[in-house]
Amino acid sequence: MTLEKAIEALRRELGPQNVITAPEELICYSYDATADLPEGRPDVVVTPENTEQVVKVVKIARQFRLPIYPRGAGTNLSGGTVPLKGGIVLATVKMNRILEIDPTNLTATVQPGVIIQELNNAVAPYGLIYPPDPGTVATATMGGSVAECSGGLRGLKYGVTRNYVMGLEVVLANGEVLRCGGKTVKNVTGYDLVRLFTGSEGTLGIITEIIVRLIPAPPARETMLAGFSRLADAGNAVTQIIEHKVIPATLEIMDRVTVEVVESYARIGLPTDVAALLLIEVDGLPEVVKAEANTVKRIVAQNNGWIKTAEDEIQRENLLTARRAALPALARVKPTTILEDATVPRSKVTDMLLALEEIAKKYNLLIGTFGHAGDGNLHPTILADARDEEEMKRVRAAVEEIFRVAISLGGTLTGEHGIGVAKKRFLPWEMGETGVWVLKQIKKALDPDNLLNPGKIVDLAQEERS
Amino acid sequence: MNPLNGLGAVEEEIIRCMKCGNCQAVCPIYQELKLESSVARGKIRLAEALFKGEILATPALSERFDLCLTCLACESICPSGVKVSDIILATRRELARRKGLPWIKRALFSTLQHPRILRRGAKIAARLQDLVFRRLDSDKMQPRFPLGLERRRIFPALAPQSLLEQVEEKYSVPKPLARVALFAGCLTNYVFPGVGLATLYLLRQHRVEVVVPRSQHCCGSPLIYGGAADVVKEMARSHVALFSGFKVDAILTLCGTCGEAFHHFYPRLLQDAPGYGEKAEELAQKTMDIARFLYQLPLDRNLLKPLELTATYHQPCHLGRGLGVVQEPIELIKSVPGVRYVPLQNPARCCGNAGSFSLTHYPLSYSILTHKLKDIAATGAEVVLTGCPACRMQLLDGLSQERMPQKVWHTVELLARACGFSK
Repeated sequence: MTLEKAIEALRRELGPQNVITAPEELICYSYDATADLPEGRPDVVVTPENTEQVVKVVKIARQFRLPIYPRGAGTNLSGGTVPLKGGIVLATVKMNRILEIDPTNLTATVQPGVIIQELNNAVAPYGLIYPPDPGTVATATMGGSVAECSGGLRGLKYGVTRNYVMGLEVVLANGEVLRCGGKTVKNVTGYDLVRLFTGSEGTLGIITEIIVRLIPAPPARETMLAGFSRLADAGNAVTQIIEHKVIPATLEIMDRVTVEVVESYARIGLPTDVAALLLIEVDGLPEVVKAEANTVKRIVAQNNGWIKTAEDEIQRENLLTARRAALPALARVKPTTILEDATVPRSKVTDMLLALEEIAKKYNLLIGTFGHAGDGNLHPTILADARDEEEMKRVRAAVEEIFRVAISLGGTLTGEHGIGVAKKRFLPWEMGETGVWVLKQIKKALDPDNLLNPGKIVDLAQEERS
Repeated sequence: MNPLNGLGAVEEEIIRCMKCGNCQAVCPIYQELKLESSVARGKIRLAEALFKGEILATPALSERFDLCLTCLACESICPSGVKVSDIILATRRELARRKGLPWIKRALFSTLQHPRILRRGAKIAARLQDLVFRRLDSDKMQPRFPLGLERRRIFPALAPQSLLEQVEEKYSVPKPLARVALFAGCLTNYVFPGVGLATLYLLRQHRVEVVVPRSQHCCGSPLIYGGAADVVKEMARSHVALFSGFKVDAILTLCGTCGEAFHHFYPRLLQDAPGYGEKAEELAQKTMDIARFLYQLPLDRNLLKPLELTATYHQPCHLGRGLGVVQEPIELIKSVPGVRYVPLQNPARCCGNAGSFSLTHYPLSYSILTHKLKDIAATGAEVVLTGCPACRMQLLDGLSQERMPQKVWHTVELLARACGFSK
């Protein structure tokens, strides 16, 4: 059998300890963190220890025509790591060394299996931070978060993963090793391949080394919680804060449903008669922080809101708890939690929030919305029960409508979770046929045999059939 | 929902896992093995597969479910609040029912189940232990032969006389502030009787009347965690009958795991047993860890004399996350004059013992322990305090093998010393 020969070759090249075939293990690599998606069982899981071994896996996969699905911690939310067509799951968990921290050039070089939080812990003694902080910062790997271009709470001021990736080492589908970018701030040599691979969801190459930019940790911060009895007031406050040239590090919103659920779960004394809460954190030099916080307070008051300021670290933690509890609290309401990330231009956040309320009513669903209001990235969270087929039909219809509205407001299908399998069919809505054609040409150029994470973002097989 | 009845009872819990993978951040076994099957998310998927018949009850599947410390770290971080340990216990129970337990576990469980055999066995073992173990110290030993045990492992010696052999059944005090019954637990009874003596001393100093029921035996935890919940019912029943017979304010435990058996498991085991359900519930409410009891009593600071030492505290999983006893031991430690308390970086991380896990998976158990040892070394403490005899065994082993000078005491031993107890 071809598969047996392939597994034998993998064992020979990687050592038996890095080749997993027990059914009891394979079943645990058939999913990721995405709700309501089909699973796929891999034929084998490999855990290479270095780039050379990754190259060997690619060569064996080519020889035996087996697909490869790169996988970090499997915490992604778009089905990006699910092995839909069998084949090889390549888990980067054993390539987890921080290779260098360079405080002079403000860079770090890491292997893909390093956990984001571990990098932050390692650079903290230098007074530096790696700003991208997705909700999975304590579990997600650097490789996975670069491949998915993850975002997080600090996106508004500090940007997302792509703003911090400076250089990459990538194993291509033909088994060659590509190095692009580097430690220089400026680099216009050739096409911007670093950006191409960042967010490519494992479909164009396997990331084996990453050079990231670090920044000095802000010396001061002020954290505030503001409440509004009208959603529009909260939305206007968000836009006005930024119009007044204040770019908070964190500008998060929670809608009424979320606030109620959080309060009934965490009992932290949140007022449940609000239409929305904003969590706002400004950071930087102490004088700047003070001035910016004053602007924020003035604008909240002008928009009929109240505001509380954290006086110390304990109070700050309390305010942050409200936001952190959003997903856990919502997730406990019903067994199935569908977390979306439709994103709109900041000026349309209010419109989007109102549309979400309408959608919840129309489809008779419980939707709690929280998210990164400052960058227009909202997380409408639909609470359902996967066993209730009728309800799940309404969920899927609601999700489609959420995407439709987001795009009609000039937004995007996904701010930070990626396309994967979950949003593949909606791709033409945003990119048009031309856009999808360009994606396919890039995919075909770099992976003509469709070996790398097939069936994600674009579907080459489908095209061949039609 | 009763996980002790098997998988069907935890279906709802299985569905609630949303596969976010947050458990990876805290699972000590995942951090060593980096295998998806070793973390809660993977195990829950496997439990589902077994429940739905996608997978067979193979020895390989049992091995995966043995790889859990039931340290509850995943539960404490789970956004959906999934009761992971219920799923683990239910699956172990199901696997044991379908394919039986290995002989070594059957033998161990059968001994624990029969108080008389356990008592005699322990007595004989205490006499003969020097034949198979080499003494490194008056109270530390290492296996002379492999015996199925790791030869490098250092065990505490069995005490020549068990706690129950050394103490009276009742200690009356004039005008008692409270009346309690003491549950010793096997490890305290046979290995660390000093902890029991220190407890009795402290309680009497605090004018607490104590009953130490003679016919108490193993709480049954090893069987509950090992998938043999059916036979634990008898053990639960006899303890419920025994302890319900005393008019006391509290039943005190010296170990979080024993405490959990009384507090969380007996009511579940006996919920349908006529005449026992309510009593078990009542007993559960009265069961309290010694640290919480002393803290609430409260500890009489006038009795405490200064002890010049630096101490740290390791939080046992079942005591902290299981019973919620987190702050009380620390407050007690800090109340002793002269004691410099230096917290561990990560006091609640499992030490890796997890009962029989350390016997069946010694190398893995030891790698988990090394994180704790590093944490201890960094504090500069002379004494590590903890509230569980199994953690204590584990720490003693690691500290001895790494030639680290720290001593390990139960929290009550520190307090008893401060009150003038010398042993």
